Amino acid sequence: MEEEFRGGRPQLFDFITNGRDWSDKGGYGAAEEKSLELRLGLPGGEDWSAVQEKREHPAESAVSPGHIAKIPKSTNMSASSGAKRGCSDAVDSKPEGTLADKPTAAAPVVGWPPIRSFRKNLAGTAKASAESPNRRSEAEKKLENDRKGLFVKINMDGIPIGRKVDLKAYDSYEKLSLAVDELFRGLLMAAQMDLLAATTHSTKETHVISGLLDRSGEYTLVYEDDEGDKMLVGDVPWDMFVSTAKRLRVLKSSDLCASPLSPGEIGRRTNDS
Amino acid sequence: MSEERSDMSEDEDGGGGVEQKERWGPSQGGGGCGSAKSRGGVWTDPPPPFSDQVLENVLENVLQFLVCRRDRNAASLVCRSWCRAEAQTRGELFIGNCYAVSPRRATDRFRRVRSVVLKGKPRFADFSLVPLGWGAHFSPWASAMAAAYPWLERICLKRMSIADDDLSLLAFSFPFFKDLTLICCDGFGTHGLAVIAEKCRHLRVLDLIEAYLEEEEEDQVVDWVSKFPQTTTSLETLGFDCVVSTVNFEALEALVARSPALRQLRVNHHVTVDQLFRLMVRAPQLTHLGTGSFGPPAALALQGDVMEHEADLVSAFAASKSIISLSGFRDVASQYLPAIYPVCANLTTLNCSFAEITADELKPVIHHCHNLQKFWVLDTVRDEGLQAVAATCKDLQELRVFPLNATEDSEGFVSDVGLAAISQGCRRLRSILYFCQQMTNKAVITMSKNCQELVVFRLCIMGRHLPDHLTKEPMDEGFGAIVMNCKKLTRLAVSGLLTDKAFAYIGKYGKSIRTLSVAFAGDSDVGLRYVLEGCPKLQKLEIRDSPFGDPALLSGIHQYYNMRFLWMNSCKLSIRGCNDVAQRLPRLVVEVIRDRPEADDETVEKLYMYRSLAGPRNDAPPFVKIL
Repeated sequence: MEEEFRGGRPQLFDFITNGRDWSDKGGYGAAEEKSLELRLGLPGGEDWSAVQEKREHPAESAVSPGHIAKIPKSTNMSASSGAKRGCSDAVDSKPEGTLADKPTAAAPVVGWPPIRSFRKNLAGTAKASAESPNRRSEAEKKLENDRKGLFVKINMDGIPIGRKVDLKAYDSYEKLSLAVDELFRGLLMAAQMDLLAATTHSTKETHVISGLLDRSGEYTLVYEDDEGDKMLVGDVPWDMFVSTAKRLRVLKSSDLCASPLSPGEIGRRTNDS
Repeated sequence: MSEERSDMSEDEDGGGGVEQKERWGPSQGGGGCGSAKSRGGVWTDPPPPFSDQVLENVLENVLQFLVCRRDRNAASLVCRSWCRAEAQTRGELFIGNCYAVSPRRATDRFRRVRSVVLKGKPRFADFSLVPLGWGAHFSPWASAMAAAYPWLERICLKRMSIADDDLSLLAFSFPFFKDLTLICCDGFGTHGLAVIAEKCRHLRVLDLIEAYLEEEEEDQVVDWVSKFPQTTTSLETLGFDCVVSTVNFEALEALVARSPALRQLRVNHHVTVDQLFRLMVRAPQLTHLGTGSFGPPAALALQGDVMEHEADLVSAFAASKSIISLSGFRDVASQYLPAIYPVCANLTTLNCSFAEITADELKPVIHHCHNLQKFWVLDTVRDEGLQAVAATCKDLQELRVFPLNATEDSEGFVSDVGLAAISQGCRRLRSILYFCQQMTNKAVITMSKNCQELVVFRLCIMGRHLPDHLTKEPMDEGFGAIVMNCKKLTRLAVSGLLTDKAFAYIGKYGKSIRTLSVAFAGDSDVGLRYVLEGCPKLQKLEIRDSPFGDPALLSGIHQYYNMRFLWMNSCKLSIRGCNDVAQRLPRLVVEVIRDRPEADDETVEKLYMYRSLAGPRNDAPPFVKIL
């Protein structure tokens, strides 16, 4: 289940001042203390005064934990399929609203609703009419749930495990480049830290993988087209690239030949040259 | 669909509860059977004197009759002698968490095991919450078992990562190997299947349930079906509906033809109806059939041919007197559904959860299914379809209603109406999984009163924090009624708008609950405390996106050694709280899983903790930090 990447960091709205605890609301005070006492009375008893208060004061309750509706979309593309920030970080930006309000369309969350991925593509299957034959869907692919997604493998030098990107999720080379950076930054750091003797605990800086498209960075993005040729990413119009790219690679720029064999085509620096 | 195994939930077979483990206590070593046990679990006792040996032999003969592992665990705690005798006679080894014990320790204690069941990743891994490469590798277990159990006959794995090499090792190490069942496993491919097929001459069961095979380029796919021995085979079950690549149909047909013991066959969606017909002709003795594609083959769109296929199919089903379970129905064409009428009356299981059929298409089918016990369906049949089910299927025990559109803001085709109808008609219901967008407390309360046999209640209101859609109240009362009224409930999954009150109910009444799944629920730490303090039988607790923090986590210290695991993601945990737990419970492995390396060190995004005799595992990837 790949998350769509939109570029940029998630916006975090911190409406809870100074990181105070959820239940520490001005109007609650004694009720809060009561509610932390572990009593298992049924509704109607005084134990539920806190809850009752909430019901009677919907305006207040809308900013209480039980009614968190929206969490800003997390856009990280690390080794997992994305981790959403805990619900402590964001609150519905409109404080009014009763318990009755159905949250408006919220940003999709990883793993929710809890359906295994092979079931997820069912809606994409064209249900045939009585006469025409059904189209078979590729619904059983793991982690490839975008119905019209175009997933291609992407490997990076120095990282043993490859990833997949959905080219249809982006509309420009810049966005793809940012996505690649997000995808591999963590893995690259992990791989590099393995090499270090683990003595440096302080280095937490992450090196942005930049300059993928203009050969200015440490790495360069290349792709393999449908004829099997290796090409630099960025030469052809985006749409043409999406339709012809079969695989991507992130190579060390130093590994590329100084002069390409033909415009756009890439060779690798061999030991002799 | 292999019903007993498809879920491998321990709630429905009654054999759950405490699995094989030593006696636990905080900051004690695993006491187990006698203090003579050394760290590695190797027996250091001197052999018993002669008369005691006789007694042990007698004991072994008696203990052989104990099947249920809960009983066996109890027997093993009586005294050292019983512990030894039990260990010598345990035939099936069940390991609920592959990291709870080292393979060596398990194989050292139980020497005569013929069947192993092993579970790996936490369930939330199914929903992409556990990063790739987290673990649950089968390799170390394969090696240990290869050395210790030459007579091993059966292996059942759930959520394990298996390599083709592991499968090769199995095939070469166990000459009597009979049964391989893989549920939600990954990491292997057709090459591994080929080795199994070729080398396991006594294979009876090869069952792949929701497995994720490795992607293979076309030229890498191995024709594993052809590798089965050319002589008559002893195959009883062959399930490969989750295999994405095509199989050699001629080889499959020939295999079916020379497998007279075949009772269960589940093919993948590449098998067309005309091919299905041919298979059914070869195997009229089938009891469980998983169809592939159930629509007209694309190549034969001619009207005449289509009619012929329908007729063939009807005759094939009419001839299959033994079928009691049907599944598959990929790419279903509704005009083919009537073909199954002849077998409907005998069906105890019907899984059409990949078929987008409407209520009108379902009704004529379900009308015949008086004996149905297990029914999996898509919500496209709507409340009306469920009403038809309720009207006919009086013996229904398990119902699963899956959503066509598994997104939060999808329309949702079933609602409280369908649930209420089911509760009215299917009084013997034991297990329900229901995805919807609209629910009311009233319908849930009704179900709690009508369906007293409920063991598993899993309601998923897909939109987060949705209240009762009529009263706009939280869903506390509904779930409260379930735990209050359904005395046999062992598994519960909650959803919708829930306050701490719901958890108070669960803590107060859920005395038999073993598995609890929570998402986007609760107000404060109190909620989790209610559960941890109130549910003594709790084994598996998985929580996501709920406002429970360190105080709540610490309130469960007394409980964690009694549980198999706790999973929490996107809650309010901090590294301090988790460290606290880790320090106080040395036999608990506390894993903090970090998706983003640069993330804030204080907050804990994902916590997975489990009791273990093996200590921190040595195969943890870089994004896992063991406290």
